[in-house]
Amino acid sequence: MAKNAKAAAKKKSPARNARMTLALFSMMLPGLIYLIINNYIPMAGLVIAFKRFDYSKGIWGSDWAGISNFTYLFKTNDAFNIIRNTIGYNFVFIILGTVVAVAIAIMLNFLRGTMNKKIYQTVILIPYLISMVVVSYIVFGFLSQENGYLNKIIESLGGKPISWYTTSKYWPVILTIVNLWKGFGYTSILYYATVIGIDSSLYEAATVDGASKWKQVWHVTLPGLRGTIITMTLLNLGRMFYSDFGLFYQVPMRSGMISSVTDTIDVFVYKGLTQLNDIGRSSAAGFLQSVLGFILVLAANAIVRKIDEENALF
Amino acid sequence: MVSKNKTGQIVLNIIFILLTIAALAPFLLLVSSSLSSEEALAQYGYRFWPKSWSFGAYTYLFKSSMKIVRGYGITILVTLIGTLASVTMTIMFAYPLSRKELPFRYGFSFFVFFTMLFNGGLVPTYMMYTQTFHIKNTLWALVVPSLLMSGFYVIMMRSFFTANIPDALVEAARIDGAGEYMILWKIVLPLSKPMMATISLMSGLGYWNDWMNSMYYVTDEKLYSIQAILNTIITNIQFLTSGQSSAASAVDVGKLPSVSARMAIAVIGILPVLCIYPFFQKYFVKGIVVGGVKG
Repeated sequence: MAKNAKAAAKKKSPARNARMTLALFSMMLPGLIYLIINNYIPMAGLVIAFKRFDYSKGIWGSDWAGISNFTYLFKTNDAFNIIRNTIGYNFVFIILGTVVAVAIAIMLNFLRGTMNKKIYQTVILIPYLISMVVVSYIVFGFLSQENGYLNKIIESLGGKPISWYTTSKYWPVILTIVNLWKGFGYTSILYYATVIGIDSSLYEAATVDGASKWKQVWHVTLPGLRGTIITMTLLNLGRMFYSDFGLFYQVPMRSGMISSVTDTIDVFVYKGLTQLNDIGRSSAAGFLQSVLGFILVLAANAIVRKIDEENALF
Repeated sequence: MVSKNKTGQIVLNIIFILLTIAALAPFLLLVSSSLSSEEALAQYGYRFWPKSWSFGAYTYLFKSSMKIVRGYGITILVTLIGTLASVTMTIMFAYPLSRKELPFRYGFSFFVFFTMLFNGGLVPTYMMYTQTFHIKNTLWALVVPSLLMSGFYVIMMRSFFTANIPDALVEAARIDGAGEYMILWKIVLPLSKPMMATISLMSGLGYWNDWMNSMYYVTDEKLYSIQAILNTIITNIQFLTSGQSSAASAVDVGKLPSVSARMAIAVIGILPVLCIYPFFQKYFVKGIVVGGVKG
């Protein structure tokens, strides 16, 4: 009793409260400063898309350019190409990635034994752990014109070696395979976490009713996964204007001959900024990506909230 | 029924063995070509099993190339500093956010969360870091931009604190006269080890694999990490094959590492990750599962 009273007295002490608040604020200070610098200042810096950027004057000092950077961007074919590529690849990646991951997650759930399960789970995640630069080395091992594994096989079968890095038509397939290879472990494990969360009594009931494994998948597992699939897909759709820069920049080895099918918005922005000194178009494309991306995320989230509030971001 | 189940299990195991092969075989191609003799590579190309073995690439790397040893040092240094700073900042930011007593708690949470929805993108970020903060060719450039603290980890950590640190425990410590830093250090951290492990591993992996910050902000070879070295080699090869090598800044062909040496650099770049990963696998999986949907 006495202790409680003492506690109440201490708790109410304004000096003590102020000290606590101050301590909490001081803890947050480094993080706050970092977010302001790394995230908030660049948001304001987006105005660069409406400026005629001059290095000597900086972003704020440069002259206004109206929307000329945007009209210039859309005058060329590039704008169409990079938007088509970004959205197109995203669509394919989302659909294939989800189908493969859900299939693997369901199979993993039917698998018996602990050791083998653990090994499989560990191994399929490995491609996810390495950098895109290293991935591009591996892909080069397969596709190099003179020494590549694939061309050696083609030659041994009597065919003519293919110049992979200069032929556009192969790249949509190659990039899709690489993306799938690198990411399938990650998404599979994500879905697997949902699959093992499905109430096992539902399966038991289905078994009692004499449902086959296929029927169980159809009537129990897939409905159980529905929420996660919808959420993940919508969130991915919300990132439709973003691409994995490493995949599209490193894996094609910067080959200019195939850039019409490998350049995405991110690659275009980078090249414009650092190689072509085309800051106007680069910043215009970046601006569109940020703003459209933001609108899309909000829209996706609003839909997720309607369907499955628990999984909404906010 | 039993026999049908058994065949089912065999089929499933076969499918998963094929999947593990699909995941691992490309690495075998990489390792095998780093262990092949240069002549065999030229004659038979990249193979899953070397035609003739040679450790030449590795002895070359560690004997005659200071650049690689240095790059390894930079990678390790940046990963250690970056991960330590990142985890410290994340925890110190997340703990106050998890306390109900914090004034403007929701305002601060939104401040973090908004960075996950909207960002300025590369051009303004690059301009600010190079023109205002002048981090080009400094160690800062490898540690600070984009990798140091992510709003995503902060939110993850905050949720963990909210769910796993009982208010009563913190309150009791306050009554005993402990300050906030003491509470964080003595009570919260010991209870948060799994989440700290998860965030450290993800952050560490991010630093270890990073080549973008080097590509954007570093041109000084002394600051090249392993990933940056690998990245530069590609640029130089591209330079040679695209026929631009007649330019004044032409790359010296003799300076480019041989094919097997290049592959050996890639191998030593991923080796530490592959070696420690199996022991921490459960923390990675935890990170994926907790972070995935909300990511």
